Amino acid sequence: MSDYIIGLLMGFISIVIVNNLVFTKFLGTCPYLGVSGRLDMAFGMGMAVTFVITLAGVLTWLIDHMILIPNNLIIVQYICYILVIAGAVQLVEMYLRKFFPSLYESFGIFLPLITTNCAILGLCIFLFVWNVNNFAEAAVLSFGAGIGFTLAICIMAGIREQLKFSDVPKSLEGAPITLITAGLLTLAFMGFAGMIK
Amino acid sequence: MSSNAMTVKDVVKAGLWTEIPVLRLILGMCPTLAVTTAVKPALTMGLSVMFVLICSNIMVSLIRNLLKPHLRILMFTLTIATFVTIADMFLKAFMPKMSEALGPYVPLIIVNCIIIARAEACASKCGILVSAVDAICMGIGFTVVLCILASIREVLATGTILGIMVMPKSFVPLAAMQMPVGAFITLGLILGLVNFLTAKKA
Repeated sequence: MSDYIIGLLMGFISIVIVNNLVFTKFLGTCPYLGVSGRLDMAFGMGMAVTFVITLAGVLTWLIDHMILIPNNLIIVQYICYILVIAGAVQLVEMYLRKFFPSLYESFGIFLPLITTNCAILGLCIFLFVWNVNNFAEAAVLSFGAGIGFTLAICIMAGIREQLKFSDVPKSLEGAPITLITAGLLTLAFMGFAGMIK
Repeated sequence: MSSNAMTVKDVVKAGLWTEIPVLRLILGMCPTLAVTTAVKPALTMGLSVMFVLICSNIMVSLIRNLLKPHLRILMFTLTIATFVTIADMFLKAFMPKMSEALGPYVPLIIVNCIIIARAEACASKCGILVSAVDAICMGIGFTVVLCILASIREVLATGTILGIMVMPKSFVPLAAMQMPVGAFITLGLILGLVNFLTAKKA
């Protein structure tokens, strides 16, 4: 039993740090570059994505293993995934509009665009590709992927807040310097590579 | 892009230069960064995206008068998901090796922001002809950018282009170019270069 829990914990750490979706798989790069201007917004975005990714990961895993695989319907897999994700995002949108209107305003267009966050669809596909055939593992990996995304986007936002005070060459301002910073960050995270399978 | 009456000439110019995907609009980053380790996968990815973009733009343009505003994003993604499934099956059947190399990045075309952005900005407002031309031009623009990025990375990482050796024997490959670091930094520098040239021209 304790082996099982340690295995889950290892899976969690692995997807948060070693196999972080943003740093190693380039997933979720759009919001990672787009919404990382301010730390509080980045954190809010990270939390929203974590919620959606956990919900979507668990639901798509269940749909895969209860409906699609037994009935040999893998062909409609992507369409099912995107429907689940869009539904989950709609839920978050309604919740935020009701309880956190100011946060809802500041997200603007980026909130519905969580639907098109590749980290979420990417994770659902990876759960299938990696042959995760255990419900608890799927749930832990989904949650970990969300935390990993939050970690990445918050580090980036912290750096970008400092970057405002530095003297960046004119033509590198904005997106280019953000990309170069992201490159250096992945270099740092590469140090963890191979620590856990 | 806010004007309602877009002409063929407008969309050609936008797709190939003034709004060329990736460089001008920071959209569609995941595939751009992930598949550009070599020219061949980049070219395959570019063409797949172009196929999906053309089909979805035509389809969205056909149903544009039936769309309900609050459901449109969902309709766009469902349309795109259908065509991506087709593209994915085609690659699996006829190019199994390439399909394996691209891996999850083929289904991830569904959430490529460029396709949804074109459905929203062009296809849901324009006729079939303009939407189709827009899709072709945006697709070409996207493919060209992918290939440029991929050739820089392939040459520096292995000294080859499309598998053909182009560098002298004494060339020392930079393995980092094949890793995520290379992708981010190369794209950052290309964007900087484009900004620099545009500023110089103005």
